[in-house]
Order: sequence, then structure tokens, then C-alpha cells
Amino acid sequence: MAANTLRVVSRDEAPDARRRLIEIRGLGKTYRTRDGDVPSLKPIDLDIREGEFISVVGPSGCGKSTLLKLVAGLIPATEGEILIDGTRVTEPPDDVGIVFQSPVLLAWRTVLRNVMMPVEVRRLDRATHLARARELLATAGLSDFENKYPWQLSGGMQQRTAICRALVHDPKIVLMDEPFGALDAMTREHMNLELQRIHFATRKTILLITHSIPEAIFLGDRVVVMTDRPGSIAAIYDVPLPRPRTLEMMGTPVFAELAQQVRAHFYARGQID
Amino acid sequence: MASRRPGHSVHAFFNSPSVKPVALLVVLVVLWDVSVRLFKVPPYLIPAPWDVLMAFRTEGVMLLQEAVPTTIATVSGFALSALIGIPLAMMIAGSKTVESYLYPLLVFSQSIPKVAIAPLFVVWFGFGMVPKVISAFLLGVFPVVVAGVQGFKSVESDMRDLARSMKASRLQTFAMVSLPHAMPAIFAGLKVSVTLAVVGAVVGEFVGANSGLGFVLQRSIGNFELPTMFAALIMLALIGVILFWIVDVVERLCVPWHASQRQDVFATA
Repeated sequence: MAANTLRVVSRDEAPDARRRLIEIRGLGKTYRTRDGDVPSLKPIDLDIREGEFISVVGPSGCGKSTLLKLVAGLIPATEGEILIDGTRVTEPPDDVGIVFQSPVLLAWRTVLRNVMMPVEVRRLDRATHLARARELLATAGLSDFENKYPWQLSGGMQQRTAICRALVHDPKIVLMDEPFGALDAMTREHMNLELQRIHFATRKTILLITHSIPEAIFLGDRVVVMTDRPGSIAAIYDVPLPRPRTLEMMGTPVFAELAQQVRAHFYARGQID
Repeated sequence: MASRRPGHSVHAFFNSPSVKPVALLVVLVVLWDVSVRLFKVPPYLIPAPWDVLMAFRTEGVMLLQEAVPTTIATVSGFALSALIGIPLAMMIAGSKTVESYLYPLLVFSQSIPKVAIAPLFVVWFGFGMVPKVISAFLLGVFPVVVAGVQGFKSVESDMRDLARSMKASRLQTFAMVSLPHAMPAIFAGLKVSVTLAVVGAVVGEFVGANSGLGFVLQRSIGNFELPTMFAALIMLALIGVILFWIVDVVERLCVPWHASQRQDVFATA
């Protein structure tokens, strides 16, 4: 059942020709707790190419977030390794921006100063990045709100601010851990379109963790399906939909068939959440 | 709106936030006066409000003079509480080791009644300001530490991960995330602390001082001068209220972003 189904993608620029940016080799994670070792991630292998949009979908507690934290260098791997641009990840890499499920904005900073936070922490040039931050906020439709505080913004606007913050130092890679999980369905669709536009405009390599199958398919070049704890990769699907994708595509047979295929992995195991 | 009936404006006056507590106070004083008259309470048990007012007239200058050392002791004790309590909270929240060694001892020390050990400070530091300040500090520091630890510890794990993903140094994480995050909790602790510091100062004056409102309290009880004693109590309460209010104003200036300080709710799309 866990046979890896790999199909050739029908994209204009043959993705296989693109450089491998993230290489995950035999990566596994076991949490040591008082009650013994809890395996969270079985050894997995995954290559992500430059500019690729990878969605990871799986049930709760399947180690999706663990995978993201490992790639972000926030927790050490128990076995295996991750290479970013050929360099082994041992600490948080510079070329990565992260978006969490909650916006985690600093309540005492204005929107603009929140976006500028990575610049301050990394001691980057303020003037050039300030212009960049303003530009990002403008594309996110937040220009009028740059001097507002996070609590004055709606949930969707807060998350857009968090995305701007992840992009401000122009990282090659953006890691997103269920970034729209806390948003209502309509805002979520809107944010999906927004994220696709950002991906198209910036050509970032994006690793998106989600528990929404439609979201994973709508956004991803490839969809990585993970099994329940301890997590491992059940299958990787190429998404044969052309870009830019529209919300209407969600109604097409191709989309429905793929969604059904992905869903089958969870129903076969008698669970989805 | 155009026709402002007199009844309406009276209603508005009594509903304004600054008038409400004063109105309640007036009602309480009237009740006090009525019950003293009605139940014929002898003045050596409870003096009538008018007698207390007279005490202010005759001894007001003395009370104000005595309020000065009490206020100094309170403010010094409170300042020490903040200066020592906040770094202590930082250390306890920052290190499991420090927490396991220090926190239980701190709680243990709080269970010792300060009134019982206050005479010791007189023995150690003599009459005067020092024992009062120490007593005020000992009462004031605990709430600052407890609130501070709570504040520093309540930083979400995602927030910590965010800082770590930017390779923030410990100092940067502290200055940019932990400290501002803990400020509302610290201020809550400081507010409790400042009122307790007044109590601490008076305890210090009870056992070892020849000046201050605590000393006046003891002397007037000894001489059955209950109006003076009540007047001194009111002075103490006023010191507490004013100091609390000052902390409140500083809080407004320091953490205007916090939920408790938000006045206008901004609606967004």
C-alpha cells in the first residue's frame, strides 16, 4: 500500500532539471521521555528542488511538525541528516523563513516593526530591508496597517504579517507549519490564492505542512502523504494541475481523483482528523 | 440629545468613573455616622466621623510630617522589591536549577510572619529607617517574584522557536521577547507589592521607630486617642492609593499594547 507512486509532472520548466536544494537522507526522530522513547518520525528520504512547492499532509501527530522543526534546525535529528545547499543542518539555517500555525506576532510592536524583527535580530542592513518590508506589506495589502498593532488586525491579516516577516530577509526556503489552520474557511481559500501568488512572484522553495487535503493539492507541486505515528512517507504524488491554479480547479475530475487517492491512505487506516 | 434634562445630567454625573467610588465612600461614612449615633457606640470604641475630621484639623500637620518617613520607607522598600524581585524572577524562570534551589526556599520564607521577625531587624540594624525599609521590602518582594516568574515563563513555545530560528542570542531573545512579554504580569505583581510595602513599613514602625504613621498609630491606641488613630489609618490608606495609582500610570505608559489597557477597539476587514 505504501508503494511510492511517482508520476512525471506536466510543468513547463521540467522540475527534475532544477537543482536539489533540500536533501533529506534517512532522517528519523525519537523523543526521549520519562516513559521511554517515543518514535516520532521513521527514517524518511525526500529531495526538494529549488523553487518547488511541497505540501506535506497527514493525520494529527504523524510527525509533520517534527519534520518541519528538523528542517528548520530547531531540534536535532536522532538519525540521518538534512542537507540544505549541500550543507548539513546542525543549527537554524540563515536561508530559511518560518511561518507557524499561530502568527506569533509581538504584541508590543507595530506590524512594520514585527516584519522588521528578523532584520534586527540578524543585524542586517536596516534601510534596504525597511524598503523591502514596506514592499512586502504592500503586496499583502497591509500598507495602511503598518503602524497598527497586531490586536487591531483580523486573523488573516495577522497571518499575512507573519508571512511577510518570514520573507523579509529574502530566504530561499519558507517553511510553513499549518499556517492557515486557525483561519475560517473563506479566509483560508483567500490565503491559499495569496500564497500561490507569493510563490509565483518570489520563486521561493516552500515546504507546507497541512492537514487539509484540498489545500495540499491546490498549492503543491508534489504532495507528500504521511502515515500515522511514527510518521513515515506513505506516498508522494505529483499534482498535474497547471499553474496558476484557480479555485474552480478544485471542482475538476483530476483534482477530485487526486484528493480521493490521498484520502484513501487515511481511510485505509481507519482514521483522519 | 438636544434637550438635556437636569435629571439626565445628574444621572450622568453619578455614573462617571471618578465619582462612583467617592459616592460609595460618602454612603459608607453616612452609615458609619448613623450607626455610631443609633447604637450609641462609645467614642473609645469607634469615633464618629466628625471627631476624625476634627483630629485632622488639630493634628493634620503632625500627621503629614509623620507620613513622610512612612512614605520614604514604603517607596524604598518597594523600589528594592522591584530591583531585586524582577532579576530574581528572571533567574528562576530562566534556569531549572535556580528554580529548584531557590523557589521552595522563597515560598518557605514567605510563610514566616514578618511581624514576628521585625524586632530582629531592630536588634540588627537599630532604630530608624533601615528596619522599616527591610520590612517593606520583605513583604513587597514576593508578589513581584511570583508574577515575574509567571510572566517570563508564559512565552509560547512557537515564540521561542521563532526567536531561535532567527539565531537570536539569549540577550536578544530576552530583550525583544521575554521581557516585554513579562511586563504585564510584572506590573500586576508591582501593584500588589506597592500596597503590601505600605503594610511592611507600618509593621517596621510598630516594632522599632519613633516616627512615622505606624508609630502614631501605636501611640494613639495607647492613649485612647481613637480619632487620631483613625485619621492616621486614613492617611495610610491614602498613601497606598496614591502609590498604587502612580504604578498604574507607569503601567499605562510602559505597556499600552496590553489587552487590559486597550481603550478603542479597532475594527478591521
